Amino acid sequence: MCTVRDLVKTYPATRARRGAPAAPAVRANDGISLDIRHGEIFGLLGPNGAGKSTLVRQLTGLMRPDAGAIDLLGHDLVRHPGRAARLIGYLGQESTALDELTVSLAAETTGRLRGLDARTARAERDGVLDELGLADIAGRPLKKLSGGQRRLACFAAALVGPRPVLVLDEPTTGMDPVARRAVWAAVDRRRKRDGTTVVLVTHNVIEAETVLDRVAVLERGRVIACDTPAGLKKLVAHEVRLELLWREGPPLHVPEVAALSESAQCSGRRWVLRLDPDLARSAVAALTGGPAFEALDDFTLTTPSLEDVYLALGGRTQGLVKA
Amino acid sequence: MNTDTVAGTGQKQREVSAVQAQAVTVTGRERIRPESADVTGGPDRPAAEAVPLAPRARLLPALATVYRAQLSRARVARIPLLFVATFQSVGIMVLMRGVVDGGDEARAVVAGSSVLVVAFVALNLLAQYFGQLRAGRGLDYYATLPVPPAAVVLGAAGAYASFTAPGTVVTAVAGSVLFQLPLAHLWILAAVIPLAGAALAGFGAALGLLAPRQELATLLGQLGMSAALLLGVLPAGHLPAPLAWCRDLLPSTYGVEALAHTFRPHTDWGLVTADLAVCAVVAVVSLAIATRAYRRAAVR
Repeated sequence: MCTVRDLVKTYPATRARRGAPAAPAVRANDGISLDIRHGEIFGLLGPNGAGKSTLVRQLTGLMRPDAGAIDLLGHDLVRHPGRAARLIGYLGQESTALDELTVSLAAETTGRLRGLDARTARAERDGVLDELGLADIAGRPLKKLSGGQRRLACFAAALVGPRPVLVLDEPTTGMDPVARRAVWAAVDRRRKRDGTTVVLVTHNVIEAETVLDRVAVLERGRVIACDTPAGLKKLVAHEVRLELLWREGPPLHVPEVAALSESAQCSGRRWVLRLDPDLARSAVAALTGGPAFEALDDFTLTTPSLEDVYLALGGRTQGLVKA
Repeated sequence: MNTDTVAGTGQKQREVSAVQAQAVTVTGRERIRPESADVTGGPDRPAAEAVPLAPRARLLPALATVYRAQLSRARVARIPLLFVATFQSVGIMVLMRGVVDGGDEARAVVAGSSVLVVAFVALNLLAQYFGQLRAGRGLDYYATLPVPPAAVVLGAAGAYASFTAPGTVVTAVAGSVLFQLPLAHLWILAAVIPLAGAALAGFGAALGLLAPRQELATLLGQLGMSAALLLGVLPAGHLPAPLAWCRDLLPSTYGVEALAHTFRPHTDWGLVTADLAVCAVVAVVSLAIATRAYRRAAVR
């Protein structure tokens, strides 16, 4: 239903200006190919700068690719980028255009600009605001809301006016768990009722594991893997993840700790290790039973997450959020 | 940890997903063409296979929607600035009261100060608004909705021109009283505000959308307003020739002239109409440029 083939987008190099250093040309999308199926929640996972937003901007017609093809529901979006607006409901990262409107007017305006007549736009607005629990703050300007509430209001606006595809760029940033649940319930309802397909951009691995049907992992403008979250996790199923947090510094004089230090990824007082389950068990036993326990502030032993998959596939450390 | 093994598995996985990518499944209500796997920007697809597009928003309803939304922003953000614009103009007139006794100079001061309110809001604030919208990726919002570019530009320009109405009327009335000018023909403001407003708003929108950086948009808006202030309020007869030419190039000048003519004991309505016609032509041209600039700024 959506096929992307060999998409390439390069941002040109910029000259140095006062206060801004020169930047070399960046190949933000370097031959991306994807197939998104009807009615699925398809995720784009990767750290900042992986090329997720660039890909989404080309999908939504905001940017022309340098090369490659995008076919959405039978429409060639490279040749006709204007059609994207008539197929896709898009939630971008910024709310600048809506900030000074009330929640209610933001939703209604969006509906009207999606071609709904006044009555339908108002009816849809009321429905969506009720569905997301925004009716109480409908009369308040977005600018005066908290970050999470503002994001939810923008999400509400994106839902007014039916579209077969929703493209959501980090929709739950700054939201509390209640708002997050409201977002996923609303997405699920549209999927079941209308067969809506959802493309979701995220750098949150927990969210990716729980809501996505399939996920493409992006790294430096390339798709390094594409499968179901469970399928990807099978890649590292033979490992578990051991995280150690030291009080001050690791007691390297303890032989067990010294042995672990070779395979640990250190960031400050935090060590992350991916180990064979048997090895991990004996390491935990040695650490908690011996003199190293005094130096240990906290430790966790977990099954691997998509973050571990990402790292195992050669992704750079950090950049993905677990929350 | 044996990274080689993991990397090897990763490679295998990548191959597996490449195979999956080729096997396009047929699900739900839509049909997917098997050849869709090798889409390479070929000719248009037959309409029967494509999912129908949602309707576009039509120009007038979309324009009205943008206008309404922009007007509602006034309640949140614009009212203090309107006070500033009005006080500034009234202040200038009070200042000039000590220097100017009457006649042509008084007419120029009152007309110039009144149109200055229009320049402040329609040119300066609109240039800032579009500059900020462009820099903050706010244009994405409009660009991802099926709305005609003209509706966005005209709706915003119209709303900003409307913001100026109360301030302009207050300034014109206060000035007329202060300099003992006739109030009888102030109804001409009903033509001056929309026409000069549209011309200056078009100018402001174009500046805001064409300026490569937000700060530059703000600067150009401020400069435009300063030009309208200096060249509009000072009587034309006293200006050196190069400044007089600049004055003739500024769209606000024709609004000022039209208003100033109506303060005379015997108004030459031909001149008033000609000045307003210039405003109208400039409005059409500048709004057309702004619409083109919007298209360019929205999709890169």
